Amino acid sequence: MAEGLSSTQTPAEGRGPLDATSLRFRDDDPVLDPAVTVDAFTAQGNAVAVRIEPGDDVRELLPSLDRLALVEINFPTFGDGRGYSAARILREAGYRGELRAVGDVLVDQIAYLRRCGFDAFAPEAPLDPDDVAAALDRFPHVYQPAADERNPIWNLRHGKGEELRDE
Amino acid sequence: MYLYDQYDQAMVDARVAEFRDQCQRRIDGKLTEDQFKPLRLMNGLYLQLHAYMLRVAVPYGTLKSTQMHALADIADKYDRGYGHFTTRQNIQYNWIKLEDAGDILADLAKVEMHAIQTSGNCIRNISSDHFAGAAADEVADPRPYAELLRQWSSFHPEFSYLPRKFKICVIASDRDRAAMKLHDIGIQIVRNDAGELGAAFYVGGGMGRTPMIAPLIRDFVPLDQLITYAEACLRVYNRYGRRDNKYKARIKILVHELGAAEYTRQVEEEFAHLLDQGVEPPFAELKRIRTFFEDPAFAQSSAAEIDRSDPDFALWVDRNTHPHKVEGYTSAVISLKPVGGIPGDASAEQMHLMADLAKDYSFDELRVMHTQNIVLPHVAKSDLHALWTALEDAGLGSPNLDTVEDIIACPGLDYCSLANARSIPVAQKISERFAATGKTAALGELKLKISGCINACGHHHAGHIGILGVDRKGVENYQLLLGGSEAEDTALAKITGPGFSEDGIVDAVEKAADVYLSAREDGERFLDTYRRIGMAPFKEALYG
Ligand code: SF4
Repeated sequence: MAEGLSSTQTPAEGRGPLDATSLRFRDDDPVLDPAVTVDAFTAQGNAVAVRIEPGDDVRELLPSLDRLALVEINFPTFGDGRGYSAARILREAGYRGELRAVGDVLVDQIAYLRRCGFDAFAPEAPLDPDDVAAALDRFPHVYQPAADERNPIWNLRHGKGEELRDE
Repeated sequence: MYLYDQYDQAMVDARVAEFRDQCQRRIDGKLTEDQFKPLRLMNGLYLQLHAYMLRVAVPYGTLKSTQMHALADIADKYDRGYGHFTTRQNIQYNWIKLEDAGDILADLAKVEMHAIQTSGNCIRNISSDHFAGAAADEVADPRPYAELLRQWSSFHPEFSYLPRKFKICVIASDRDRAAMKLHDIGIQIVRNDAGELGAAFYVGGGMGRTPMIAPLIRDFVPLDQLITYAEACLRVYNRYGRRDNKYKARIKILVHELGAAEYTRQVEEEFAHLLDQGVEPPFAELKRIRTFFEDPAFAQSSAAEIDRSDPDFALWVDRNTHPHKVEGYTSAVISLKPVGGIPGDASAEQMHLMADLAKDYSFDELRVMHTQNIVLPHVAKSDLHALWTALEDAGLGSPNLDTVEDIIACPGLDYCSLANARSIPVAQKISERFAATGKTAALGELKLKISGCINACGHHHAGHIGILGVDRKGVENYQLLLGGSEAEDTALAKITGPGFSEDGIVDAVEKAADVYLSAREDGERFLDTYRRIGMAPFKEALYG
């Protein structure tokens, strides 16, 4: 079982393709508010959900992180990797709300997206849950720190880090 | 030599399993070719004109003999009995079947090798000085830093979908033997006035259709901040590098459009932020890595005077060896540029032989040069004659390092689907011409580099003489360039004028060489003479 994918969140056997909100790695309830653009968010002052496009500067959100419950980051094409940096910047700034990858999100990007801090996925095309679980379980270690809790190899080698997971 | 521990091995093994799974999903139709393409590219599998090409990473160009043997076995088992060493210090196989790719990666994993990130818009294999750890003029062995960067950049979650490919080079001497300033990031390990080692960062160099020499953006990054600084450089690029136009997506365009000062300001800001984020590895890891690159057990004695009574041997020694930091030793270059041969190609038998010779004479170590030759870095001078004899017998004794015969050539139209023109036959004809006229020796150091199209994989911008294949109304045509350098005096070559036919370009190179021979002053290389007399006399000879 993939790290963080608790049994209640795992799509049940035979349930078929995931729907847009079912791939979540959080225990709280999904935010149902519609996500607004960064411009609308900074202008309105009461929205709790915002949607980041690749060209947006995610740092504009930093002054108002405490009122945000959901950030959607859009991947118009999977090859546009700006959203990975946007996600990490939010997590580095202490954002703890839902971080949802939307758009052209494919199973082969899921593991990296998780490492950059995404904890929810609403891909355009449904993902096979077995493939997702396999992808998240694939690599036993990581070489470098990111926005997740995984302790990089260079810490494991030297007995550093909180959760030493010696496999 | 760096050796894998259980962690490195587990990662590479997992990658093999992952790629097998991805191939299977492609075969099952779960992945479209568009979706599969970036995945196979990140495993070095490229679709060329006639077949798949597999590019195998040789981290910082360093190999041990078992690895070279394994590369030879792959050439035999899965290709046509040869491999091609590249300008990125890697090796590629040009005739690979998709269904074999997983097995090849598994064979590589058994000798601590892989094809991870040898293609795709990610951080590529880290390159370095091919004489690292052996050269008399370096402040430190640059490879521990390259290895640290290898680990950091492997499966990097934030930087695997960059605007474009990303190449990093690490050197540690003022002499630049690795074209450092023509990389996306060039790092020079330096010593400051206080005697501490640190890293100078040059960012935004590159060749391709818009060649640029990387500006210095930070003259000293402390070694315990090296990875954090690299992370900052990459993050600014990932966020702001252009994605609207593939040809403007390299970091050199970002640095150029922002200006080096503004790019630097953004990097420094990001760096200040990242310093608090715990990105840097523990310094103990750098120390651990360094232990793998400690000197082998060099012999102490060695009152080695080389016996130069055989003139052929003496010539090879003069041309193909490089000063070693330890008395009595030298670095020997095995030329993969036989006259009329394909630059960088080696047969499986030759690879096996080079591996055996490395074991016998070079503490089990080999290096791949970006000039597509092989180095045995640590050869006792007393062994040189035996080594040379073995090389001669195998057709590997060409005494032509850094001469006009030591040509860099990209695969060109013989293999590459992007090519405008063939590179290999031009290289063959030029080396044959100069060998036949006997001018090679008179010309001395003359770096000639050929690319089959504007993408510049053959580094034509950086050649003392460069040749660029273009398409002129459906006919292969070649432009001549003069005055480039990839060394510490980095310079970009300039086009002489209208292009030439395939035979015409060989004549043109000879004419340019003749201008040099008649105009040179004492001790001048071709490049020095060009710099002194300028383009005009060459143009006159070529077009006058
Ligand atoms: S320079 Fe052009 S022809 Fe040569 S290998 Fe590169 S892309 Fe192909």
